[in-house]
Amino acid sequence: MRVMERQGNAPPDNIPVVLAREGQHGPVIHAANRTARLEGITPGSRVVDMRAICPELQVAYADEAGDRAALDRLVLWARRWCPWTVRDGNDGLILDTTGADHLWGGEAAMLVEMETQLSLLGLTARLAVAPTWGAAWALARFGPVRAICGADEIYFKLGALPVAGLRLDAPTLLLLRRLGLKTIGAVMDVPRLSLTRRFVKAGVQANPLIRLDQLMGKLAEPVSSVDAKPVIRAQARLAEPVFDPTPYLPELCDDLCDQLKQTGQGCRRLHLTVYRTDGDVSHVDVATSAPTRDPAHLHGLFRDKLERINPGFGFDLITLAAGALEEMQDRQTRLEGGADDDLRLTQLIDRLSAKFGPCAVTRPILRQSHLPERAEAQIAALANAPGEGTVLIKERPLRLLDHPEEVRVLYAVPEGPPAQFVWRRQTHRVARYAGPERIAPEWWKDRPGTRLRDYFKVENQTGLRLWLYREGLHEDGRGGDPRWFVHGFFA
Amino acid sequence: MSCVTPLRLHKGLEGQGPRAAPIAHTLSEAFPNHPADASAVGFALSRLPRGTAPVLWVQDRLSRKEAGRPALAGMRADRPVIMVGLSRAVDVLWAMEDGLRCRSLGAVIGEIWGDPPCLDFTATKRLALRAEAGDVPCWLIRRAASPDLSAARERWRVASIPSAPHPHDPQAPGAPRWALDLFRARHTRPGQWVASYDRATDRVDLAAPVRDRAVDARDGTAGERTAG
Repeated sequence: MRVMERQGNAPPDNIPVVLAREGQHGPVIHAANRTARLEGITPGSRVVDMRAICPELQVAYADEAGDRAALDRLVLWARRWCPWTVRDGNDGLILDTTGADHLWGGEAAMLVEMETQLSLLGLTARLAVAPTWGAAWALARFGPVRAICGADEIYFKLGALPVAGLRLDAPTLLLLRRLGLKTIGAVMDVPRLSLTRRFVKAGVQANPLIRLDQLMGKLAEPVSSVDAKPVIRAQARLAEPVFDPTPYLPELCDDLCDQLKQTGQGCRRLHLTVYRTDGDVSHVDVATSAPTRDPAHLHGLFRDKLERINPGFGFDLITLAAGALEEMQDRQTRLEGGADDDLRLTQLIDRLSAKFGPCAVTRPILRQSHLPERAEAQIAALANAPGEGTVLIKERPLRLLDHPEEVRVLYAVPEGPPAQFVWRRQTHRVARYAGPERIAPEWWKDRPGTRLRDYFKVENQTGLRLWLYREGLHEDGRGGDPRWFVHGFFA
Repeated sequence: MSCVTPLRLHKGLEGQGPRAAPIAHTLSEAFPNHPADASAVGFALSRLPRGTAPVLWVQDRLSRKEAGRPALAGMRADRPVIMVGLSRAVDVLWAMEDGLRCRSLGAVIGEIWGDPPCLDFTATKRLALRAEAGDVPCWLIRRAASPDLSAARERWRVASIPSAPHPHDPQAPGAPRWALDLFRARHTRPGQWVASYDRATDRVDLAAPVRDRAVDARDGTAGERTAG
């Protein structure tokens, strides 16, 4: 079975549309619709070449990760026909229908049912039933429509199919074509000994003999089915409408954490949903910075948020669902069985973020830039810092103003900082200074016309140490006279 | 020097040597004499125990606008800083108290502007008890504030004074020097010091201030002035 393309709001069929992905030398065609394929566009070729063939080609970028996730969901959806399903590559599903086809009235009727259901989802599918994974793969892609192959018919039904149906990589296919082996039947007819000798060191992807054995059923290729993840949710059905969910929350949290503990998981998100009697639904979401299953902690995150729920005429159903599940193990970090310190820290950050908003809790990290305001970046408190090792050579102030404050120069001197200036309505006399340290604008980021800065460490008569800078030079052609700013304070 | 040395020991090693176990970390207050003076912050940072435990740094909005934000480039970069920027003093106290429950923090530093009514004796007492229970050093930096009733175990007035001479450049400021005034302390004797801070080794050297001799009745008379 093969998912050709997902159709949401599909473009009209008479326009050639292709999906592109990034290749080694620019974008290449990922998939093409029927019109585009009729125009001679082949997947795998470069988009610029295909534009030359077909100027009215419309190109959109493929969402490969999204397609893969959708296919994973489809694997679980296909459990309606048989219990063993698995994803096959990026564009196929394998269903082990052994013993399940009679429930649908035979194999042919089952294929029709599958195609109907999939087309109701908006999917074009090519289906085949065969005794082995390899044979089904080849028949679905190169065989007739809804092909059915019995256990003893593999040689006849697959012999005429092209050799590309053997699931080999491109260099091996090219080699086989050069050897004159164009069909699977031709490969089957080659003596086994010569194939073994020729491909003695090749891997599975490049070994026609192994692939042939898999196709014929001589080598086992079992279907290892994936398990559907259980939805972890706790709910409270109330006998009559209430207006305040607070009394029910500890019990819900306990219930949820029990379920999480049984599956060995922790949650990063919690979704509280209340269903009102008038049919309306309200949500409250909280997030944690590390997976957790501590009911008291989860309960505390909702502390001030429940007031925002508009109860209306009351609600009679409360559900608490865990999202973003992650594996979690109880760890003992200390020999004497002490508490887990990291966990306490993550819980602290969760509490602070839940109360004051995630923007209020940040962690500054150093970045590689000479401009002081760009040398620091704010990241989320528990995010991993990108490993930009910065070595600070120059002395930097302990405090920085978010916005540098302009000073009024009372007594300028030709070089060095002003001898006297007024800042925050106070006159400061410069007793000693160090500098200048010239920091040029970053031309690859700044607007043209940004002026350079000369930084001075300045100490006034009382010992206050300021970081002062002059923006621009005299007659540098970027504005009038240079201006002076206070940017930071030294200890 | 005696009041600084015990706090320098690593937390886990305290009380293991022949030296008596020092007092637990507690709440200290620092009052800079000028709002833009970073000396109080530098002094508080120099008093923190060494290590790479993260520091929770809570600021209210006015402190950030008037005195800037702590710049990572100016600190010793080995300890991560978790910044919490809030607007009200009540929230700052709440966040500090919540942070003091977390023993894995290296320190909790709060900055509050002025004398908000919520920062009373009870609030500081709560902070002090929490800090002592969790053995996490807690510093409250209060700008433009009057040192009224408080339960802080150590209360410092910190001011910048002209720095030490630069070893290579006579017109440049050298190592920073601070005038420290411990005007209330529970575990040590109050006193006044002049501290000079060595940035390379992150070390504070305290010295008693050199006082001028009291002015004598005969000093500055006309005869001596002409003779000198």
